[in-house]
Order: sequence, then structure tokens, then C-alpha cells
Amino acid sequence: MSKENFSKSTIGKKIIMGLTGLFLISFLVIHVTLNSFIFFNDGGVSFNAGADFMAHNPIIRILEIGLFLGLLAHIYMALVLTLKNNKARPVKYAVTNGNANSKWYSRSMGILGSLLLLFLVVHLSNFWVPTKVAVFAHETHDTFAGMKEVFSKWYFVAIYMVGVISLCYHLLHGFKSAFQSLGINHKKYTPIIAFVGNAFSIVVCALFAAMPLTMFFGLIK
Amino acid sequence: MSGSGEKTLNLTLKVWRQKNGNTKGNLETHKVSGISTDMSFLEMFDVLNEKLINEGKEPIAFDHDCREGICGMCSMYINGRPHGPKQGVTTCQLHMRSFKDGDTITVEPWRSVAFPVIKDLAVDRSAFDRIIASGGFVSVNTGNAKDANNILIPKDDADDAFNAAACIGCGACVAACKNGSAMLFVSAKVSQLALLPQGLPEAKSRVLNMVGQMDEEGFGNCTNTGACEAECPKGISLENIARMNREYLKSSLTYVKK
Repeated sequence: MSKENFSKSTIGKKIIMGLTGLFLISFLVIHVTLNSFIFFNDGGVSFNAGADFMAHNPIIRILEIGLFLGLLAHIYMALVLTLKNNKARPVKYAVTNGNANSKWYSRSMGILGSLLLLFLVVHLSNFWVPTKVAVFAHETHDTFAGMKEVFSKWYFVAIYMVGVISLCYHLLHGFKSAFQSLGINHKKYTPIIAFVGNAFSIVVCALFAAMPLTMFFGLIK
Repeated sequence: MSGSGEKTLNLTLKVWRQKNGNTKGNLETHKVSGISTDMSFLEMFDVLNEKLINEGKEPIAFDHDCREGICGMCSMYINGRPHGPKQGVTTCQLHMRSFKDGDTITVEPWRSVAFPVIKDLAVDRSAFDRIIASGGFVSVNTGNAKDANNILIPKDDADDAFNAAACIGCGACVAACKNGSAMLFVSAKVSQLALLPQGLPEAKSRVLNMVGQMDEEGFGNCTNTGACEAECPKGISLENIARMNREYLKSSLTYVKK
């Protein structure tokens, strides 16, 4: 019976959205931790060791496939949900005042997500593709040198700033929102989730932003 | 009325006019003058309609009933917000002292594919009735009335259920939501029963059917912006939406249709 079809229901789709979102957030923890190795400022020795581990460890390889599937599911669900949302209001309002009742970024998850996707295309072609090419050619890839190269160009630094700011606002809403979609709302824990979500979004994005900036300004040797 | 600091306002109204559901509508500009700041927003519309009738023109159709903020009939989207600029009020409880002399006020109907325009500012909200009906029955014992506190219910649960039941089904949540989602309304109706022992026997099928009906009506998906809660005249909490998400997940995992 169609009325009881989980994956077709609005709530089922939102639960998938929340779960894939939290899964992608868990990846960010690893990503930002490993990349922060550049701040040891040891000429990229510890960073490259970490990058090499990530490029060759078989468990990471399997998780990488999961990560892409999670990302695709997140994007697919976003498209399905957005299409239905657009149909839900065929005649638009002449005057709207969204800021009176909600945050702009909570209403702009689609735009922020699209910016992130565009950023990802640039980001993967900067780093993921060269790493893969090196792995297939059985060469050791100097990811740190690659980073310095990319972040010596101002336009890449600018693109990364747009990407990181989009990520920050996407997370500011997405982190809390995922828990709400999963039905986790409790007088005791929701304020903690909100605090952790806000802190996570700001700290992670500040660290990510610091990487291109410190390299561009020559603070990381 | 006198001595209350009453002033009069001259206003420009841009009001949505639409003959019926099959025609396209448009915003029509009207001037009203000498509007008392003590009037409610609907009384200002009464003045305008009287003027229109005297001029031999068609009055503006709008929904209203109790005019004391409890029925949920009045449904105007005023300057980009359902029920206008004040929080926690319906349109009938919005007073003209919330506006300034010379203001231009845009008034539109609720916009949702599930709330087709009947005429002008009046929309058909029977989609909400169908969602309620899809929830089905609640089992109760017949015979003599039971003693009041036969079933013990924690005060907090009773309060939460009562707060959910305060929903008047006005549709401001749908109107405010950028996605036209009805999650706040449906979650209030699911919660008022799911929180009480009397609602438990049919709890699983109820949430599945009501969410299914909500989707069939064409309402959009919740993106947790919180606009519904902020605009709800009865202050229905987002906690109800989370509760419905839990109830739905739990029920879709375990409910077996006989």
C-alpha cells in the first residue's frame, strides 16, 4: 500500500537525508584532522604520511566507495525533495518576509549544497584525481607539494573560501536538522546538539579555511 | 473606545483578487481612510467591503468566523507573513495599531497546491480534514462515564498533549513554510493522541495513514527551518515534528497490516 511506503514518504526521505548527512559529517572529522597535520609545519612529512595511509589502506578504500554512495544518495534525495517542494506552491507569494521567522541559511540549503557540489568538482580535480593517478602508476604522490602548488594561486584560494563558507552555513543548519529529522528532539539534549553543531561547523570550517590561507601567505613551509 | 489613544490611519491595500479556482488572480490596489487603530485587521476589511458594496463593486471574499482567535478560519498572508507582523495571533486578533499611517499592506491568500483558492483570500483547507479523517478512530469504552483519574497520566505528558491539541488547523504553518509543508499541523494531531494512553491502541496505523494522506494531498517536505513554529498562532512546538518522525520510523519498522 502506497500510503505506508517508507522510502516514498516525506519522513522516510528526510530520515535518509539526515542519516547520509551525518555520515558525510563523520567524514569531515577525519578529513579535517588529517589535513591539520600541515600545521605541524614540518615540511609536510607527517601530512604526507597520513595522506599515503589514506591512499593505500584497504579499509579506507572501501569507506571511500561508501562515501561516494552516501554523497550520491544525499544529492539524489535533495533533488527529489526539492522537486516536490516546488510543486507544493505553484503560485508564489508576491511579498515574502522569510527573515521574520527563520534563518536565511536554513532556507538556502539547496543553493549552499549546489555551491558545495561545484566546489567538490574543483576540489577533487585538484587533489583526489592526482592521488588516484599516482596510486595506479605505483608512484608516491607528494600531496603536500600539490597543496602548496594549488594554494599559491589566488583564484583557487578564493574558490576554496567560497566552498568553506558554504560548508559552514550548510553545517550550521544541517547538523541540528539531521537530528530533528531522525526524531531526536529532547529538552535535555537538543540544546547540547545545537551547541555541538554550531561549534563543530565553526571550528571545522575555520581549520579548513586556515589551510589555503596559511599556505598562500607562506606561513606553512 | 475613546481615550484609548485611538488614532486613524490612511492605508493603501494591495489585495489578491481571484474570481474562482479556475481563473488567474492579481493584486488589486485599494485605498482606505479613517481606519481606527483600535480596529482589528478584519474590521478594516469590513470597512473596505462596505465601501466596495456602496460603490456597486464586488466585496473581497475572506474567511472568518469566531473573531476571537480560537477558530482558525481567518487566513490572510499579510506583508509576507501569515496572520501579519505579530507573533502568536490570528488575523482577527491583529489590530491596526500594528501599522503606521500611510503604510502599504499586501494581503494574499495561503499559497499551497493543497489549499486551492475558492475566491479572493478564501482557500479550501479541507485537505486538513481529510488528513484528520485518515487517522481513523480512537477506541473508547462505552457505558457509564469512568472516574476522572482512572488512567493515571503524568502531568507533563498531559500538558504536552494539551499543547499539541491547541492547534486550530488554521494552516499558517503551511503558508509560512517555504516548502508548503504541513508537518507542524499533522505532528500536532499525531502527538495529541500519541502522548496519551488512550491513543496508543491505534498509534501505529494512525501515524502511517496520516503521513500518507499528507503526502497525497501534495504538501511539501519539512526542511526544519522552524518558520511554522515561529508563525503558529498557538505556539505549537517543533518537538511535535520530531515526535511524529519517531512515531513514523517506529511504526513503519514494526507495523504489519492485517
